[in-house]
Amino acid sequence: MTNNQFMFLLFSVVIVVFSLLTVTSRRILRAATFLLFVLVSTSGLYFLLRFNFLAAIQLTLYAGGIVVLIIFSVLLTSHISEKLAIPPVTKRIFAAIAAIAGAVLCILTILQTQFVQKTFDPARTNIRTIGEGMLSTGKYGYALPFEVISVLLLAAMIGSIILAKKRKD
Amino acid sequence: MTFNIYDFTSFNRWIDEGLNSIMSPTWALITEMAIIGIVFLLFYAVVGLFLVYAERKVCAFMQNRVGPNRVGPYGIFQTIADFIKLLMKELVYIKDSDKLLFNLAPFIVIIASFMALSAVPFAKGLHAIDFDIGILYVIAVSSLGVVGILLAGWSSNNKYSLIGAMRSGAQIVSYELSVGLSLLTIIVLAGTMQFSEIVEMQRNGWFIFKGHIPAVIAFIVFLIASTAETNRGPFDLAEAESELTAGFHTEYSGIKFAFFFLAEYMNMFLVASIGATVFWGGWMPFHVSGWAGFNTIMDYIPPFVWYIGKTAFIIWLMMLFKWTFPRLRIDQLLTLEWKYLLPINLVNILFMAFLVLMHWHF
Repeated sequence: MTNNQFMFLLFSVVIVVFSLLTVTSRRILRAATFLLFVLVSTSGLYFLLRFNFLAAIQLTLYAGGIVVLIIFSVLLTSHISEKLAIPPVTKRIFAAIAAIAGAVLCILTILQTQFVQKTFDPARTNIRTIGEGMLSTGKYGYALPFEVISVLLLAAMIGSIILAKKRKD
Repeated sequence: MTFNIYDFTSFNRWIDEGLNSIMSPTWALITEMAIIGIVFLLFYAVVGLFLVYAERKVCAFMQNRVGPNRVGPYGIFQTIADFIKLLMKELVYIKDSDKLLFNLAPFIVIIASFMALSAVPFAKGLHAIDFDIGILYVIAVSSLGVVGILLAGWSSNNKYSLIGAMRSGAQIVSYELSVGLSLLTIIVLAGTMQFSEIVEMQRNGWFIFKGHIPAVIAFIVFLIASTAETNRGPFDLAEAESELTAGFHTEYSGIKFAFFFLAEYMNMFLVASIGATVFWGGWMPFHVSGWAGFNTIMDYIPPFVWYIGKTAFIIWLMMLFKWTFPRLRIDQLLTLEWKYLLPINLVNILFMAFLVLMHWHF
């Protein structure tokens, strides 16, 4: 087993175990913390693939942004003594069936796919390439989608401010 | 072996080749990681202890007192004595707390600051990881620390802790923007995020001189925002002792409290290091382009001394802030960020981009 394989196994085991803990924990803040571990390990996988930029964005956005947001809203709304109720048996059975069916579908697809080994070196996609791709209008340029997404985000931001604002009347 | 205090690259290669010649590459890698880990732990502990001592001395100086002066000459062993006391204290058991999260929180805070520290260049070749996304990595990793503070506040099951954590969360999340944007101003000038390249580009002049007006504005914004991000006075409302006893770490005692305490000081050291590296050239000596004789004399001072000197200066500035300004209210704090620092920063980035396009920088 090479070092990379060992690290991959380590990260995957952490992701699987903490994903299960996230959905089975009955305390909502613990679930959020376990989700944090899942997201940090995912960024570890990206680092392993040498997609450094993606890994850092994963850490900033998901671990530092979304999880903080979730924890913040839990802090505002729930008390420490609260525990999530155990759902009824029928619900649990259907949830289990849905989950297993999804897993089987994914595993079957992965097993049937013929993976072709690429000789592509991810270290070459450095931050300069990404930046030029984002802002160029020529071939392999993503200026239009980039701008459309920024307008969408701006609209969402203004919308949330309007919703959260106190009405004067 | 050629041990050279001005360039550690050959020293690193000597260790690497030595280890690889006596064991397999995997074990050599593991040994190297262990060595670096131990060196960083020692560095962390020593710097943390020294900063606590320095803070008490600076505080005493500002209040016209002597400060610690009984344990050892000039009281330099005072913090070691304090540390031993903290180690021997009882870890108080909180009955209705969430024990898992309560015990986890200090580790998240300390691991985040530890990971961020690993990207700091201390001298030429004295650099644990040199990512091409260096600055982004530091911002990303240090943003994890706030999770530990929020968890600590919630899991203590104490209203003071909860309010402290909420304040701290709102503060860190908003001031992170200003820190990131002020660093981005310099990235526009440098054209790279890699720390080794950033330092190397400042060989013929530090960025604060090269980028003149926008760089100075960016540095001032960085200094304010990073003081706020480390939860230090005058932005220490998260642990305002007059209203919240001790904020998010009210229920912590002994070594767990020491973790929060140490992480706070190390975060201060970290932001001072980043500030020194990005704005003041890191380990790069003071050079004036054209003055060859002067530059040669400056090169005789070892890079590590330059680095420590600049970092210590910024830390000293941050300590002066703490003991000079009164604490802000939460609304003043958020107004300062969203209505002043953020617009100034955005305009400043445009200004810097214009300056770089027009080649008005040196």
